[in-house]
Amino acid sequence: MAQLTFRIRRFQPGRGDTGWQDFSVESSPGMTILDGLHHIREHQDGSLAWRHSCRMGVCGSCGLIVNGEPRLACNTQVESLTGSRISLEPLWNFPVAKDLVPDLSSLFEKHSAVAPYLVRDDSEDDGSDGRELAQSPAELDQFLQFTSCIKCGVCMAACPTLASDPDFLGPMPLTAAYRYNADSRDSGFDARKTKLAGRHGMSHCHYAAECSRACPKGVDPARAIQLLKRDLVLDLLGVRRREPAPPVDGRAPRTRDGLQAPPFTVPSPPENPDE
Amino acid sequence: MTQPENTQRRTVGIYRWLAGGRRGFEGYLYVLHRISGTALLLFLAMHVFFTAARLLGQETWERLMAATQSPVLIFLEYLVYCAFVFHALNGVRLILVELGFAVGKPDHPAYPYRGSIHRQRPLAIVLMVITGLLIALGGFELLRFPHG
Repeated sequence: MAQLTFRIRRFQPGRGDTGWQDFSVESSPGMTILDGLHHIREHQDGSLAWRHSCRMGVCGSCGLIVNGEPRLACNTQVESLTGSRISLEPLWNFPVAKDLVPDLSSLFEKHSAVAPYLVRDDSEDDGSDGRELAQSPAELDQFLQFTSCIKCGVCMAACPTLASDPDFLGPMPLTAAYRYNADSRDSGFDARKTKLAGRHGMSHCHYAAECSRACPKGVDPARAIQLLKRDLVLDLLGVRRREPAPPVDGRAPRTRDGLQAPPFTVPSPPENPDE
Repeated sequence: MTQPENTQRRTVGIYRWLAGGRRGFEGYLYVLHRISGTALLLFLAMHVFFTAARLLGQETWERLMAATQSPVLIFLEYLVYCAFVFHALNGVRLILVELGFAVGKPDHPAYPYRGSIHRQRPLAIVLMVITGLLIALGGFELLRFPHG
């Protein structure tokens, strides 16, 4: 078991950046950055702050900068890093609340701004009036990849454009916008268009692809943003094919590629299960 | 975006372009594209200024043209050529990528993840090889002494 040095950037409310602080931690097989932080707080400095919840790469709480790269603390084993010194900083491109805790308010504000939900104009609520909105597997594949986003902010920290333009929407909200634009049940393209094509919208992305490289869930925001741009160009040229799927009206779902879903029947239980 | 109370704003800006941690290939191309674009813009302003010297008479113009034959200015001219070649060819890649042509279709996010970066990487490599060849050929032509 090797001795590791956790070099942590400390921030205190009211005092600001108080510099780097070193902690010595003994590594163990399978140890993650998150395990190391717990060890430091339990045995060396109870005032160290960071954010975490699920410990298994699902909640998206523990994003931070590990040796100059944005990653999830729970997803990063110390054995996968080279050298015995591990530097930890709070996520870039966000204000810091304390130590390794970034303030993600801007992330969620930008996310809300792109209407990240199904928008339908044929009803007052979800457009279905209680009816099913059918979707074929092929239509699902158009956006399934982008539904894996856990809103951890790692892509936002990796984005070099966001570093010089804090008002840029950023990879996560733009990916969320494409996820719904590409959904066959959605008709919110026009509602989102103004925001996406605005001054700090998608056109500020120039494919550094750092977001896709950093994403711990394989969401590939850079791909979503480029596909988003293509959609808006096609819309500008008036050739974008778009017609939200109608609700299923008591018959087999109609789909764009002609695929018919099999009728759904509940199998009846055997009459005499004891026999 | 307003900054919430009791939070520390961290330094952002073009520093992050240059020292934003370890970048991938496309990340470095992004940085070089911005630097070469800025350099070409500065060159354009300088070019207009130099060309305007013709208004000061033939003698001034000829003196200025003689000065541009110095090795330092020839080398700077070569750097402008390098910036132009890189910016133009990387720009072709960006136009294709940003119109969604080279990034592939949405895929199932199954580990190990292979996304748009791998799809457009061959295009990036081919264009950068051509860039390197053109820069080498240009150097052979432009840096010959005596010049011309």
